[in-house]
Amino acid sequence: MTLGHLLGIDQLGRTGIEEILDLAEAFEEVSGRQIPTVPALRGRTVALMFFEDSTRTRLSFDTAAKRLSAQTLVFSAAGSSLSKGESLKDTFATVDAMGVDAMVVRHGCAGVPATATRWTTAPVLNAGDGRHEHPTQALLDCYTVTRHLGTPALDGLRVGIVGDVANSRVARSDVAAFTALGASVTLVGPPTLLPPSVAGWPVDVSHDLDEVLGDLDVVYLLRLQTERMASNALPSVREYAQRYGLDGSRSARLKPGAVVMHPGPMNRGVEISPDVADGPRSLVLDQVAKGVAVRMAVLFLLLGSPASEPRSLGTAPRSSGSVGHWPEPVAEGARDARQGATSG
Amino acid sequence: MGDGPVDLVVRGARVLTDGRLRYADVGMSGGRIAALSPTVEPPRGATVLDGSGCVVLPGLVDIHTHLREPGGEESETVATGARAAALGGYTAVVAMPNTDPPIDCASVARDVMELGRGACARVAVAGAISVGRRGDNLAPLGEMAALGVRLFTDDGAGVQDSALMRAAFQYAAPLGVTLAQHCEVAELSAGAVMHEGEWSSRLGLTGAPAEAEHVMVWRDIALAHSAGCPLHLMHLSSAVSVEILRAARARGVRVTGEVTPHHLSLTDAELASFDTVFKVNPPLRSEPDRRALRAALSDGTLDAVATDHAPHAPQWKEAPLDQARPGMIGLETALAVVLTTLADLHLGEDHFQEGRGLDDGAAATWRDGDRPASGGEGDRWVEPAMAAVASLMSARPAAIAGLSGQGRPIAEGEPANLVVVDPAELWKVDPSSSASRSRNTPFAGRTLRGRVRHTVYAGEAVVVDAAARR
Repeated sequence: MTLGHLLGIDQLGRTGIEEILDLAEAFEEVSGRQIPTVPALRGRTVALMFFEDSTRTRLSFDTAAKRLSAQTLVFSAAGSSLSKGESLKDTFATVDAMGVDAMVVRHGCAGVPATATRWTTAPVLNAGDGRHEHPTQALLDCYTVTRHLGTPALDGLRVGIVGDVANSRVARSDVAAFTALGASVTLVGPPTLLPPSVAGWPVDVSHDLDEVLGDLDVVYLLRLQTERMASNALPSVREYAQRYGLDGSRSARLKPGAVVMHPGPMNRGVEISPDVADGPRSLVLDQVAKGVAVRMAVLFLLLGSPASEPRSLGTAPRSSGSVGHWPEPVAEGARDARQGATSG
Repeated sequence: MGDGPVDLVVRGARVLTDGRLRYADVGMSGGRIAALSPTVEPPRGATVLDGSGCVVLPGLVDIHTHLREPGGEESETVATGARAAALGGYTAVVAMPNTDPPIDCASVARDVMELGRGACARVAVAGAISVGRRGDNLAPLGEMAALGVRLFTDDGAGVQDSALMRAAFQYAAPLGVTLAQHCEVAELSAGAVMHEGEWSSRLGLTGAPAEAEHVMVWRDIALAHSAGCPLHLMHLSSAVSVEILRAARARGVRVTGEVTPHHLSLTDAELASFDTVFKVNPPLRSEPDRRALRAALSDGTLDAVATDHAPHAPQWKEAPLDQARPGMIGLETALAVVLTTLADLHLGEDHFQEGRGLDDGAAATWRDGDRPASGGEGDRWVEPAMAAVASLMSARPAAIAGLSGQGRPIAEGEPANLVVVDPAELWKVDPSSSASRSRNTPFAGRTLRGRVRHTVYAGEAVVVDAAARR
């Protein structure tokens, strides 16, 4: 698989997602090494275009790129020429002119990564656009659950996505990714926090967490995004916590083996209580740790590896049987692909 | 009949008179129609316009045009907008007052009228209802009415303050003017970039619910009716809005309604491209809404088609959707979109359904033996469609905006404002060839049916063979 751009989950399909997860597994091993880098993207430059505040996603991409030996060029909207009135189009064109090999784009408005593909020649990776999509978050969520369960997919699994779905790009990408891997998804929240319409969404809807709690294998809690929320969507944060927050007593009613996830940053005491966040069901820190490997996989694919490389990466490491001795050949392969070669 | 010898003749076309198409030549003299008969021999030196295969209609009247001057000349000027209007078959436009400064007093109104003298079409102005279009205080409606302003609106936004709007209706009632409303309750559409519904949910974009429109439609019908002032509802976009209009009309309320070509042809599904050219206010709504508007056009509920021509220079559109300005240009494509819609209504087709739009494939289905000049089976839609265009895009809008000398029937002695249109021509919209200063057409690259061949304004051929003469 080669990726032109990564703008949303739907473009990947089940096999595309599985391929990325397999590749991430190989890269996760790299992260555990004493010197956690491979030269796969040596000499390449990845621009991190962050027009909206982000800590974990930016750091995660930065780390992923550096572990692949790529250079990163970090753009953040604060203090940039944007504040001097430069247009978004000119900002992209300017960074493009510096010669970057990929652009990782985070923006507060849906569609900016899609639009940016018209303004730059580099591949664009959507790192979160408004309330639209956050594909690498969904991929790392899938990676976290599948590896936790030791299964390649999510067939038959029941996932509840709880809370501020209307304002959540994570929810939109997760619905697409979880269902593509075979899970059934229920959105849970008051009507004011659910999308105005779920026509065409492969989901069930519930307004009562307690009613569905016992059926769920995965409880995916969303952050209450007060900064994007319509006024009066909720009477109070306290009432939200009472009706939809996952606290110890609700957690105790979950099935054995059920897990709790959250994309972060968490509002402890609102959507999740501290004991649950730090408890045995919580995969929250796992999600963060696995994010780097998934983003390495996506960057590697985005920067043009030949179609067959990911498979050879996962199944046939060169010489020593570990990914450790593999990097050089792949780096060559990546260079070939960039020159338009089709060898694999 | 005219002031002198015939100086301009349209030959070989079918002319719309009394709702029927008849072959006739039209001779004009001194800005008036001087001769209308099967054959008018052009005197030596007269200009002759070839009308073969074409239909002659009264010049079109757009009661909703943003000309951007003063203050937005990077996007449009009175001269360029009027030229685009002429190319689209319009002989009159009503300039909206959301300029900078806004047209909210006699002096600015006079300036814009002055800019319109010598333009390719008549330029009338609409005045603002409130000072600065700020929605706080009543603008000097009387002083503008004395200048001839007949339509008032804060278009771009609705008047939010119900007490102010009530006072406006009461104050305006004896002035013989019409108040036009951009129906949008701001609190219900805060931050919206598109219609709220299936597509906004999927795309994660903030939507404006259709109720933002309905609520103000209801309010203004109630306020206007009790004040005894005529109300015009601008760019109605939803199924419920036209239902309300239908019910109010049935109860005798003096209320009229307009629809835009883009709401008749496009839906919120277009936003899936995230292309800011599809950001417009009111937003493109759902497919059921589009179908309801089409039905309301067909059954006479809607009085007029108006373009809401809203030019924006590239820098105002090359931005994230939440910052890009709303609006689309439409003067040069309106007639073709409406003709396509009317032909579809007559033939039981719908070339715009499900966001399918017009492409070359769809266009190909029209090519079978329907040259209007042939008078064959495929030509039967032309006469009713042309009669509907003359009403919806000329006579009724001229009446709503109080424009004398416009929207008149084609008859000897009437002002020579005419459009000569080829109803069968298929053409692909090329934004770069637009006479507007802006390029923000949602129909770029699409094939439309029906092309303006000539436009005659005040007896002068301002457009000949689809090219502006000045």
